[in-house]
Amino acid sequence: MKLIENVSRRGFLEGTLATGVFILGARLIPGPLWASEGEAAPAPLQPSLWMAIAPDGTVTIVAHRTEMGNGIKTSLPIVLADELGAAWSRVKVEQALGDPKYGDQETDTSHSVRDFFDLMRQTGAAGRLMLIRAAAAHWGVPAAECNTREPHFVRHRPSGRKLGFGELAEAAAKQPVPSREELQLNPRSAWRYIGKENHHLYDLPDMINGKARYGIDQAIAGMVYAAVARPAVLGASVKSHDDTEALKVHGVKQTVVIETFKPPHGHQPMGGVAVIADNTWAAFQGRRKLKVEWDNGSHVGYNSEEFRMTATETARKPGQVIRNLGDVDAAFQKGGTVLEAEYYTPHLAHAPMEPPVAVVDVRDGKAYCWAPTQDPQQLQKTLADLLGIKPEDVICHVTLLGGGFGRKSFQDFVAEGAVLSQKLHKPVKIVWSREDDIRFCYYHPSAAMYLKAMVGSGGKPSAWLQRSVFQGSASTSDAEVLYPGQDEIDNGWTDVPFDIPNHRAESGAARANVRIGWVRSVTNIFHAFGVQSFADELAHAAKKDPVQYQLALIGRDRKIDFSGTKYQNYGASLDQFPYDTARLKRVIEIAAEKSGWGKRSTELGKGHGLGIAAHRSFLTYVATVVEVEVDTRGQVHIPNVWTAVDAGTVVSPDNVRYQMEGAAVFGASLALFGEITATNGAIIQSNFNNYPIARMNRAPRHVEVHIVESEAPPAGVGEPGVPPFAPALCNAVFAATGKRVRELPLSKTKLV
Amino acid sequence: MIVFKVNGKARTFDGDPDMPLLWYLRDVAGLTGTKFGCGMALCGACTVHKNGAAIRSCSTPMKTVSGSEITTIEGIAPMHPVQAAWMEIRVPQCGYCQSGQIMQAIALLKKNKNPSDQEIDTAMSGNLCRCGTYQRIRAAIHQAAKHQAAKHPAAKETA
Repeated sequence: MKLIENVSRRGFLEGTLATGVFILGARLIPGPLWASEGEAAPAPLQPSLWMAIAPDGTVTIVAHRTEMGNGIKTSLPIVLADELGAAWSRVKVEQALGDPKYGDQETDTSHSVRDFFDLMRQTGAAGRLMLIRAAAAHWGVPAAECNTREPHFVRHRPSGRKLGFGELAEAAAKQPVPSREELQLNPRSAWRYIGKENHHLYDLPDMINGKARYGIDQAIAGMVYAAVARPAVLGASVKSHDDTEALKVHGVKQTVVIETFKPPHGHQPMGGVAVIADNTWAAFQGRRKLKVEWDNGSHVGYNSEEFRMTATETARKPGQVIRNLGDVDAAFQKGGTVLEAEYYTPHLAHAPMEPPVAVVDVRDGKAYCWAPTQDPQQLQKTLADLLGIKPEDVICHVTLLGGGFGRKSFQDFVAEGAVLSQKLHKPVKIVWSREDDIRFCYYHPSAAMYLKAMVGSGGKPSAWLQRSVFQGSASTSDAEVLYPGQDEIDNGWTDVPFDIPNHRAESGAARANVRIGWVRSVTNIFHAFGVQSFADELAHAAKKDPVQYQLALIGRDRKIDFSGTKYQNYGASLDQFPYDTARLKRVIEIAAEKSGWGKRSTELGKGHGLGIAAHRSFLTYVATVVEVEVDTRGQVHIPNVWTAVDAGTVVSPDNVRYQMEGAAVFGASLALFGEITATNGAIIQSNFNNYPIARMNRAPRHVEVHIVESEAPPAGVGEPGVPPFAPALCNAVFAATGKRVRELPLSKTKLV
Repeated sequence: MIVFKVNGKARTFDGDPDMPLLWYLRDVAGLTGTKFGCGMALCGACTVHKNGAAIRSCSTPMKTVSGSEITTIEGIAPMHPVQAAWMEIRVPQCGYCQSGQIMQAIALLKKNKNPSDQEIDTAMSGNLCRCGTYQRIRAAIHQAAKHQAAKHPAAKETA
């Protein structure tokens, strides 16, 4: 069975079947041999379809992962285009439907390029070889004499003859698909787009003229608009409702009760009363006029301040051991200088600029949806379960996302639309307001951390103990779960890279009373904050330079040995993606050098300070130096940020800079302002007035990004810039003011 | 009956006079380039021009647009210098807030041909970007100012 397949005769996406089109797919799912030509195979066994060349030369490449500002709709197709020898200007990118035949489509944890880089290259290289062979056959010359050095053409070197990709498409489609052994991937030196600056986001032109279509821009004939009044407390249900006033609103048609989920909540609707109207505004207005009485469930007792106290207490006591080196207890008993610190970070909401929204049309046993989803296959499963249909009968069109950050990995908002469309026998557009988005989020867990170290005369710890307590995201599927999942505790906690002979990492129990879901960069946000703040505290206690101290703490160059742990390494093998301390130290050295660390910190004026933090996440190494200015009113300004990043092989350097620049702003938002609180089970914050995100005048003014040249396999880019930002900022605040920030957001700490 | 213009075209509206202009543009007129972000004039995603000045359409009731000239992102001349600068600097990430950012930036440059960093911050701080493109927005506004000055030498002298 071949990895790459010629499927020119099987059609491509929707309605693009035409004669003379050359199409290549790839088989991602092991299955029986491909059915004979012309015979329809069952969906899970179909090869995914990756590229087609039309007789006019247009190359269509499928983007199967979600574009949400991560650049992936450009980054993967351009890898295929590069290997194919295509001119990027002649490439059309089509977004794939949700379908298991594409393999993983869950666009989170920064692994799109890592997982699909090789497949894109192989598919492109197969197409190139078939084009070359078709041209060689046409000219009657050896294929070895032909190349694609001129984009979009095959040229016969000795004679100078050339044929365009479009002219060759039909003949190429008749060539046998080369085996993997025959494929010759371009050497790095021949890459035309990968690692180059000569391309921009595929949708950039549409994004600046208002033509880019997001979830909120979808519309189909006959659709009605819905806004849902949801229970403030998780699990509550409608006791009674009075829609008399709501129905008087101009444009409101009716109200519909949505049943509250049966636990666990998963991706199901929260329940409530939907107002159906003929435009969004009328639906919002009608909802305002609804009177609903709720039956509150057990979560009404949740108060985030009580959680903070309980979790902080839990972190003071022994928990489950995640990693254990040497004998921490014995080392502490030996006596010496002991430092300990407690850190706390609150719930966060993703707050993408585009709130959750979807158009769903349930008819004839199928569900058609247009949704800004990070996980279309989960959407298929969720809707199938709710509607009692098959997942393959859920046709999911993935739109552009106006930001995701993890929120749109959950499908509850699409599920609401599906339930309503099924009841109303009409297409429904479900629109969430900003208040809905912030009050009914899947919240980033709140975390309490306790760290303790014993330091010797040189300031380096001989023993180190770390405990982390937070609500695990497994609570979405099991309400009784008390401990975080392995991946959650791994990120930034199992993999603390310090060279300390006695080292123990623990995890404590915590119960979730709100829906839990990850914000961009997951547990790394708080783990990096705790670990990198504590490292800075130790450096200052030892009167050492924080950069030199951190380098010493990491210690000798090595691949970290995780034996004795269940470390998952972001699902990647440690052979291919070891935790390489040399790479971590390298980014620290670069960030420090570029920031003028040392020289600059002595030159900075009163109220200014520099801080550094470094962190590996999603297999990428990032170090960030933040410069702060704390004004006389105690307000923090961020004039400069220097970030060094080693993400292995980079497809788009500009996108890496984008993501790091954006991560600094995202990090500034959560560090300066990010806080969601709950009282009696209800979320207090509701919009950007009480859940602020950084505006231009408070965001980092200048972010300078330095990319480490690397031939290592590609690693994550979308998230790894976030974790080091908050600790670097708080370490800078300490340098500027002598005030140590141990709780986020920073506004909790009085600086003057 | 409310009579007004959108992108130069005469329009009438006889629905709920309290309906914000944003929802008229998006749901009634089908002009979806203008985005919804907060509904409270806190984020600027819905920024359009009313008689040339930047306003937040989410908080502008239809009854207040009578007789006015509304311009949305769809009504901006193709490749306006601000859009050209947005392309060159590659400003957008997810792109969702960028219609509002561009409309705000055009209004700023109309009033101030060569804004300083400080002036840009003041004018643009009502426009949120969750992806964090502020640094590029600032650079693109400077670039657009240069483009405009090059196109109109007279503007250079007053700048």
